[in-house]
Amino acid sequence: MSEHKQNRFLPYLREDRLPHIFCPGCGNGAIINAFLAAMEKAEMDFDNIAMVSGIGCSSRIPGYLKCDSLHTTHGRALSFATGLKTANKDLDVVVFTGDGDAASIGGNHLIHAARRNINLTVICINNNIYGMTGGQISPTSPKGSFGTTAPYGNQDAPFKLAELVAAAGATYSARWTTVQIENLVLSIKDGLKNPGFSFIEVATQCPTYFGRKNKLKTPTAMAAVMKANTVFKSAADRMRAKDLEGKIVVGEFANTQKDEFTENLEKISIEKSGSKTVINSAYESEL
Amino acid sequence: MAEEFFIQGNEACAKGAIAAGCRFFAGYPITPSTEIAETLARELPKVGGSFVQMEDEIASAGAIIGGSWGGAKSMTATSGPGISLMQENIGYAFMTETPIVFVNVQRGSPSTAQPTMAAQGDMMQARWGSHGDYEPIALSPSSVQEFFDFTIKAFNLAEEYRVPVFVMADEVIGHMREKIVVEDNIEIVPRKRPEKVDGHIPFENIENGTTPMPAFGDGFNIHVTGLTHDERGYPDTNNPETHDTLIQRICDKILNNKDKICSIKSENCEDADIVIVSYGAPVRSVVEAVRRCDRKVGYIKIDTPWPFPDEQIAELTANAKDVLVVEMNLGQMYYEVDRACKKNSNVHLLGVIGGLLPTPDEILEKIDEIGGN
Amino acid sequence: MRTEIRICGFGGQGIILAGIILGKSASLFDEKEAVQTQSYGPEARGGASKCEVVISDGKVDYPKVQSPDILVAMSNEALMKYIVDLKDEGTLIVDPGTTDVEDVKDFIEEHNIKVYEAPATKTAIDEIGLKIVANIVMVGAITKITKVISKEAAIKAIEASVPKGTEEKNIKAFEAGYALAE
Repeated sequence: MSEHKQNRFLPYLREDRLPHIFCPGCGNGAIINAFLAAMEKAEMDFDNIAMVSGIGCSSRIPGYLKCDSLHTTHGRALSFATGLKTANKDLDVVVFTGDGDAASIGGNHLIHAARRNINLTVICINNNIYGMTGGQISPTSPKGSFGTTAPYGNQDAPFKLAELVAAAGATYSARWTTVQIENLVLSIKDGLKNPGFSFIEVATQCPTYFGRKNKLKTPTAMAAVMKANTVFKSAADRMRAKDLEGKIVVGEFANTQKDEFTENLEKISIEKSGSKTVINSAYESEL
Repeated sequence: MAEEFFIQGNEACAKGAIAAGCRFFAGYPITPSTEIAETLARELPKVGGSFVQMEDEIASAGAIIGGSWGGAKSMTATSGPGISLMQENIGYAFMTETPIVFVNVQRGSPSTAQPTMAAQGDMMQARWGSHGDYEPIALSPSSVQEFFDFTIKAFNLAEEYRVPVFVMADEVIGHMREKIVVEDNIEIVPRKRPEKVDGHIPFENIENGTTPMPAFGDGFNIHVTGLTHDERGYPDTNNPETHDTLIQRICDKILNNKDKICSIKSENCEDADIVIVSYGAPVRSVVEAVRRCDRKVGYIKIDTPWPFPDEQIAELTANAKDVLVVEMNLGQMYYEVDRACKKNSNVHLLGVIGGLLPTPDEILEKIDEIGGN
Repeated sequence: MRTEIRICGFGGQGIILAGIILGKSASLFDEKEAVQTQSYGPEARGGASKCEVVISDGKVDYPKVQSPDILVAMSNEALMKYIVDLKDEGTLIVDPGTTDVEDVKDFIEEHNIKVYEAPATKTAIDEIGLKIVANIVMVGAITKITKVISKEAAIKAIEASVPKGTEEKNIKAFEAGYALAE
């Protein structure tokens, strides 16, 4: 038997939790790899990363990574992350979420976290469908696509998440797909380094549910469609709305600087108490 | 040196939170609890703490759970409609054994009902509000001083047992002003940090207790999930034994420590014909009625509605022919008292809704009515 | 002894602060017990305002006012609305500038009410030059007429309750009110 080559990211994983629950052909594996590569490129201290997620397939990712991780309630990851980051602003807080989690049940938290420009890095894995519950349409499902709850085709227009979050006030917002891993890695790296709210939407394939329901039976077929439909933002800016229908526009939608939420709180603390916001005070017997 | 203040109940609650070590508050404005948020927005930055006005109550509950795992004693304050929205995350906090404090300044309910009027309609919601089995701790203050003291006690109990604790106040106590005395040596329970990373089992099955809780960033690389989890914190959702072990332990750590947690006060119960049971603001009317009553009437004041002090109540009502429960709802704790009395006494209810505190006269009339039986 | 006091007027007159000062005086500086409560209506400003204080030598259990021993009215609307709860032989203090006791003459006679007129608003304008301290003028009058709190305690409570820098004007207002009832 030939020697098995160890994945260089294995030390970051909770090996005692493997195998994982993701379906064959799911994009989550590629996105975990992209995240870890970006984290190394950004020269982050992995031990200082705390992950927060909601409910759904993508929200299971933090459970496989060997760092502090808070797997919360459906849609609410950003509110938990807001509390965690506020209580300890020294932590690098990363949120993994999906399209249903972030944009449907958690839509209000998403726009408010962006509005506050709190220093979180959000990776939103958008597969246009509810995978964990078995193939129902989501707020990003394309008009006309099929799901178990849209047997006659989805009648609603989808959200454009990266644009929505940019409009809500995030200082970094971008969209890439699982067929542009190099761009994705650089984008996650930029998001991790951005001292404000960073949102990276990753369009991905769910062959098990979206693919099966929409006559795209293999991951390769889904990747091919995704690639064919991708338009770079620079080109898209010069295109007519009609020509952009059904396209996935990739690129950056916000990359700017603004006051950050926990920095502002710290400024008030310094002004009112003479010192920075306290960290780990729950363990103190004298205050 | 002890300090004295003449302040609102809600301000006393905020003061108690800071004295207990609360350094993170997340909340959403709602009458009649808003003064707690307003006071903490002003005071927390003065002690290096943080205040966040969240986008809604669901987010507020999530934020304080996140804040607690971030190493800060954390709290929110709200009223019925807000607590209703928080219920899913309340269940999450029980499941993940997260110490946090929920203050509920109860108002007329259900729905929006009476924002500026008092009620005690959320008592069963505090007990059973989230889905599933769990054992909450709840404290009911009946004075401004107690709102201060019980808020501190709530933080201490939360840390001791790693649970969410409810302070079940009401509009009367939240809004009235009274003198409070703040002693300078207040006992607070600091969180225990696990001794070492190696071999730490974050959700260990310790009988009647809890494992020390690390903060995120301490190097424990802990996984916290609302899914049924094993002692390591890893999801194990289809194993009946894992679920049974986990939930039993979460319940037992409270139930097996009831003697230490339950608190009541009583007067003249031993030879009373009628024992009146109440909690929160109505206690004040009961005490006045008992003082004015020329019959053999005693009273029990419940400080901790949850876990319900059934043994103490059974003991103190053993000789009473009649027991009267006075509360500002149509009968919630009444059924608990009835169950505790085990048919030894006739248990009656004076349930007053509409927003006004029951008056001593109403209670005296009810005593007469019972006497006529 | 338990004394129940109700102060009423319209929003913006500082009715609530007047009640807080009475409660603070009694409980922090007179070694008595006091509870202050107020009504919370949905309206923001300009409506009726009502503040109640119970002062007692012993513990105040039932915290609400049921039939006041003392009614202080700073608007006619409030006077007409709340006079009916006043105890027989109770004390009524009104600001004649904002109320008309003729409107409640029958009740006063039937129930043997002791009536005092304290022109708080006029005194605030004429002597202090500030209409907004009428409530503190009224606290002075209440203190002198009812003796429910001591003058020393009232002054300490005012100093502890009013915005910094306004203490002097407020004490002056209190003294002017105290003198009104002499």
